[in-house]
Amino acid sequence: MMKIIIYAIVLPIILFGQNITGDEILRQLDKNRWSKTSIVVSTMKINGKRGTRTITSKTWMNSEDQSFTEYLSPARQKGVKMLKLGDNLWTYSPQADRTIKIAGHMLRQSLMGSDLSYEDMMENNKLIEAYKATVTGEEIISGRDCYVLELSAVESNLAYQKRKLYVDKIRMVVIKEERFAKSGKLLKTTLTEEVMQLAGRWIPKKMIFKDVLSEGSGTEFIIDEIEFDVEIPQTVFSKASLRK
Amino acid sequence: MKLALKLAYRNLAGAPLRTFLNVFVLSLSFVMIIWNKGLLSGWDKQARRDTINWEIGGGQYWHENYDPYDPFTIEDSHTELSQAILNEEKLGYVTPILIAQATMYPQGRIQNVLLKGINPEQTILELPSSYLNIDIDEIPVCIGKRTAEANHLNVGDYFTIRWRDKNGTFDAAEAKIVHIFKTNVPAIDNGILWIPLETLRTMMQMPDEATLLVTSQEKESLGTFKGWIFKDHYYLLTAIREMIEMKSIGGSIFYLILLLLAMLAIFDTQVLSIFRRQKEIGTHIALGMTQKQVVGLFTVEGAMHSVLAAILGAVYGIPLLGLQAVKGWTMPVGTDDYGFTIADTIYPAYSLALVLGTTLLILITTTIVSYIPARRISKMKPTDAIRGKIQ
Repeated sequence: MMKIIIYAIVLPIILFGQNITGDEILRQLDKNRWSKTSIVVSTMKINGKRGTRTITSKTWMNSEDQSFTEYLSPARQKGVKMLKLGDNLWTYSPQADRTIKIAGHMLRQSLMGSDLSYEDMMENNKLIEAYKATVTGEEIISGRDCYVLELSAVESNLAYQKRKLYVDKIRMVVIKEERFAKSGKLLKTTLTEEVMQLAGRWIPKKMIFKDVLSEGSGTEFIIDEIEFDVEIPQTVFSKASLRK
Repeated sequence: MKLALKLAYRNLAGAPLRTFLNVFVLSLSFVMIIWNKGLLSGWDKQARRDTINWEIGGGQYWHENYDPYDPFTIEDSHTELSQAILNEEKLGYVTPILIAQATMYPQGRIQNVLLKGINPEQTILELPSSYLNIDIDEIPVCIGKRTAEANHLNVGDYFTIRWRDKNGTFDAAEAKIVHIFKTNVPAIDNGILWIPLETLRTMMQMPDEATLLVTSQEKESLGTFKGWIFKDHYYLLTAIREMIEMKSIGGSIFYLILLLLAMLAIFDTQVLSIFRRQKEIGTHIALGMTQKQVVGLFTVEGAMHSVLAAILGAVYGIPLLGLQAVKGWTMPVGTDDYGFTIADTIYPAYSLALVLGTTLLILITTTIVSYIPARRISKMKPTDAIRGKIQ
């Protein structure tokens, strides 16, 4: 009897684990990543040649393509604000009291000297809508059992045509990510060093972004506080709020 | 007039030191004006010649969206070449250039650059594009000396280039420096990587496309092409013209001060002469000269300073300026990093118009300055003047 019970519980897990498709994993990842609204307080540690700079910020996010960020520290960056509406990005500098639209080649520039560019921030798409995923294997990354997923872009207008994800089998969190150029050259990596559970979902708490082509030991991104599905007035996501 | 000249010469020769000082300062103005103007003229000619030979050829056709001063326009400034343009290209009257933005990683550092694709076979520009005619696995790259120095790159060095194709997809590849050229035109050097046109077209997925077309110097404009706007030399050389004009104004202030000093000396000399030579003035009038003639006499005397200054200026100026026209004026180290077209050595260009114009300017100015104090003579009473009574 006991054997039957064990088989009844374990077998579907084993079978499910074997048959889970790449698209199903992407769906679960999207479910974990996206929420209707969220407010995040984060710390970015930029490890450069001349030492480490720490920048804290607070971000209000609405749906998939609206976000408003205010930098809280250090003093040099305090008051700098950034607004993303769809494919448009504006920054406001309190020193110059000017709002600048970031477009064209400026999007390729580094965000506050980090390993992230402005265009990395502009990613709006859900993974399941943008990529076709194939499970190519399993690997243990940072002590966690992971699926290895190879993503190929559905459309030709995506920044990265190929991505490789290492997804925690149990928590459905991306532990490691590699982004490739069309030629296959590795461009950027993301490593999740800490995860946290909130409102029934696992999310990365500490990540290290690295522009593989450049020197330096990468940029740490730490989520200090996060709230999901909170009421955010629509006025926050307007150009007028940049000068407030 | 002959008498006036004779008297003027005698009076000037009578006070040799004073005359020499006045004439010397005035001659300095002469030489400085000609030197400064000649230098600017030489720079202007050289800058125009270099810009035409290296960058703009006989003129350029720009894609209708292209604005070199607005980087936001680059993404949308490319189109397929029409058959008419391709025919002109085959005849060697036009060479297309495709421009794209990219990032290079020399020794792991991030640097935003412009990729410019040019036909390695082209002969319209002096840009040594033939070095790109090489079969290697990496992207062959030609860069200018400024870019090489700024990024510590040498011939044979490898680095990674990352770009986004026309769909916005990231791509990256290894590049190799095949040649470093030296040019006086920073516009084709600073932050620019020259690569073969077809390679860039493949990288960007823009077959047969270009951002601008450079025409040959013998043909200049080739008529109108839909979607392209022709920019002639007057337009493309505006920056050089305006810079030379600005420098010319700056230089004018310097030699205006010198000229002012010389004029002040002549003015003072004239005032003193009229004051000290009242008896002589009275005698001239008593002997039958009109007051106007006496004014003319003194004016000629003052103006003669400029003639003597021209002679003195020629004595030391011709060998000095001539030597510089041959040897040139070497610019200080780092001048070519300022961002404007300038050679390491500028060769001044003196024209006859420049020398005659300067001579005339100084002659007229000296004459006016000599005449102003001499006007007092016409108000003098001859009887008082002959007695030397102060008036």
